[in-house]
Amino acid sequence: MIVTFDEMRARSISEWEALEKSDKPSIFIGAATCGRAAGAMAVLEAISSALAHHHIEASITQVGCLGLCYAEPLVDIIKPGCPRIHYGNLTPELATQLIEDYLVKDNPRPDLALGTTGDGTVADIPKLFELPVLKSQMRIALRNCGLIDPENINHYIARDGYSGLVKALGMTPEAVIEEVKKSGLRGRGGAGFPTGMKWGFSRRSPSTVKYLICNADEGDPGAFMDRSLLEGDPHAVLEGILIGAYAIGATDGYIYIRAEYPLAIDRLRVALRQITDYELLGDNILGSNFSFHIKIKEGAGAFVCGEETAMMASIEGKRGMPRSRPPFPANSGLWGKPTNINNVETWANVSAILQRSAEWYASYGTEKSKGTKTFALAGKINRTGLIEVPMGISLREIIYGIGGGIPDGKRLKAIQTGGPSGGCLPESMLELPVDYESLTQAGSIMGSGGMIVLDEDNCIVDTARYFLSFTQAESCGKCVPCRLGTKQMLSILEDITNGKGELEDLDLLLKLAESVKAGSLCALGGTTPNPILTTIRYFRDEYEEHITKKRCRAVICTELTNFYILPDKCQGCLICLRSCPTGAISGDKRMVHVIDQSKCIKCGACLDVCPPRFNAIVKVSGEKIETPAEPVPVMTSKPSGKATTNE
Amino acid sequence: MNPDTKQELDDILSQHEIERGELIPILQAAQERFGYLPEEVIAKIAKFLQLPPSAVYGVSTFYAQFKFTPTGKKMIKVCRGTACHVRGASRILQELEKELGIKPGETTEDLEYSLETIACFGSCALAPVIVVDKTVYGRMTPKKVGQILAGNE
Ligand SMILES: Cc1cc2nc3c(=O)[nH]c(=O)nc-3n(C[C@H](O)[C@H](O)[C@H](O)COP(=O)(O)O)c2cc1C
Ligand code: FES
Repeated sequence: MIVTFDEMRARSISEWEALEKSDKPSIFIGAATCGRAAGAMAVLEAISSALAHHHIEASITQVGCLGLCYAEPLVDIIKPGCPRIHYGNLTPELATQLIEDYLVKDNPRPDLALGTTGDGTVADIPKLFELPVLKSQMRIALRNCGLIDPENINHYIARDGYSGLVKALGMTPEAVIEEVKKSGLRGRGGAGFPTGMKWGFSRRSPSTVKYLICNADEGDPGAFMDRSLLEGDPHAVLEGILIGAYAIGATDGYIYIRAEYPLAIDRLRVALRQITDYELLGDNILGSNFSFHIKIKEGAGAFVCGEETAMMASIEGKRGMPRSRPPFPANSGLWGKPTNINNVETWANVSAILQRSAEWYASYGTEKSKGTKTFALAGKINRTGLIEVPMGISLREIIYGIGGGIPDGKRLKAIQTGGPSGGCLPESMLELPVDYESLTQAGSIMGSGGMIVLDEDNCIVDTARYFLSFTQAESCGKCVPCRLGTKQMLSILEDITNGKGELEDLDLLLKLAESVKAGSLCALGGTTPNPILTTIRYFRDEYEEHITKKRCRAVICTELTNFYILPDKCQGCLICLRSCPTGAISGDKRMVHVIDQSKCIKCGACLDVCPPRFNAIVKVSGEKIETPAEPVPVMTSKPSGKATTNE
Repeated sequence: MNPDTKQELDDILSQHEIERGELIPILQAAQERFGYLPEEVIAKIAKFLQLPPSAVYGVSTFYAQFKFTPTGKKMIKVCRGTACHVRGASRILQELEKELGIKPGETTEDLEYSLETIACFGSCALAPVIVVDKTVYGRMTPKKVGQILAGNE
């Protein structure tokens, strides 16, 4: 070995301290996928040129996602002797100004700042972790995300990184498994199987070749925890994988990651090169007799490949179809060899547990759900982002405390957890504690961590239809209940959203849902009915309204909505008439326009272009608005013309 | 097969071992290179891995990623994930269909644009999201669609 781990660590710590306690300013910019989509790279350029313009020497580090996605792009500045100030919602112009104000004129711009971290305080800027959005969070898996440079292994090592692996290598594999069992950690990929117990099965399975897989397929369409983690702190995941490999005696590992995550793949490749150089990966790791190799496999766009047996088929170069279990992967997995599979976040928790201790980890959470869980908070919520909370926290605290509630004064309708395998919980369940058992009991699931908030403008039947159309398309077709059941359930839901539903359909849907749940080969089919079951359970009245009143109260289901031009508001300006793609609008200058409902395709183009000062077009469902049959002269200009045709 | 294609495919194959597990990575590399998987390319990959072409087709048609017809110079992907759906992704898709005159899975006649829908880009916090080639555009509105297309001409 070139250097010992202690030497590596000492060197890393001094590099990190040089950055935090430098005599030059250090600037950090959130440059994960979401930051980039919000314009982080343009902000980065603006900062570089502002620094050059003012002849300021400063270091710029690209970091991952801090989780405050609502405030992207994010920039942090550490001035010598000052705490780290986190700024949000920057534009290139604001960033240029900020550099001048703070670094030249010493004005820290509290109006742009979110908060500070580190020692010391700055007048008028709160502590970041005391803000409502972070106060009730506990960051274990995400401990370094957004704070360190994910492409610099020394940053990770300086913050205790790989000390968990070193500790594990000094223990017997059985003792490592015991430690993970004691922590109470359960799989974060959805099903919540106890991780230590799963490792024990693989450990005891006799074979000289054993495989390990990291599941980074993140198939839930509305979830981004694993992406953020891999982009923000890939070493936390890799360290967990190495610890797991040592514990079960695996020889080779695969990281199966979806191809839609190019930045995460790049960061993983960089990290793998670094640990190979540092002799933390390969033959005789850190001089021990433990050897391990890792390959990256890119997914090819099939949701079902997130299921473990389908994933193994895919790695073997086959169609990604699940098979029945037993045999379980722990006995016969990849190429018939014992295989252990865990989720990205599970691995990141493993490294934290070994770095600290099982007792420390188990001190968070509830009796049966220990530790923390990350959630991707999105949809109709003020503070969208990536959060990590102790298990047992209430939905209310997540939605209103951390998420800041629903935008535009709208009413919360439902909270969707678990994606296509989960369910929609109504407002009345806000006090529900977030743990595996409570969510399952409520008919939903913890899932991998997608949490989508729906407001009154979202239709619950449309949401169920949306999930079914997803799972129907992704059903691999191997077993009949899933292949045909999803198709039938979808067509019933489509009927209901198209105004062709009948009340008996609801019972038929429930019956079908129960059969698909019971009869499917894998958990894709087994959980596909959940969105239907929970929405009928909690929102039956909305289904019935679609069926009996042909009304969609959220005015979402196209076939049940109509556009009308209000005769007392229309000024006859011809703008909507020209925008209509089907020529359904008739009228003339200064003549009230009229929509021919039989020609209208309900695209909404007219509503988009109607000048806000007229506001003459409405979209309604389940009600009819009286309008003239033919264009008539505009009414509003003369007070006497107030008489309308619906009198 | 034209000599350039043959040469490029040989280059790809030379970086892989003759193992069934290499099939998907080879298909991915070939598609990255040629934009889609022409019949002759599939035949040659099958021969290389000593598999019947039907097996290679069987695998490649299973996965949404693989295409069998040429795609446009620019690939526009619209996210239809949950977060994007509840924030109005279908309006964005409609606007693109209108602007480009094609449906998802299709390519404009001049081979300029292809349109696709995708389950989730993992940028849900910025929903609705579209991706043009490798650039992610967040917080989309129907209006921004026109601007992005114009900027891209
Ligand atoms: C249809 C389907 C999709 C799945 N997708 C994922 C996924 O994207 N990521 C994941 O970690 N687990 C996914 N799983 C769960 C895996 O099969 C497996 O339980 C998990 O990776 C085990 O890891 P854990 O014990 O650490 O949770 C999926 C399961 C099913 C049935
Ligand atoms: S749902 Fe669109 S990016 Fe995730």
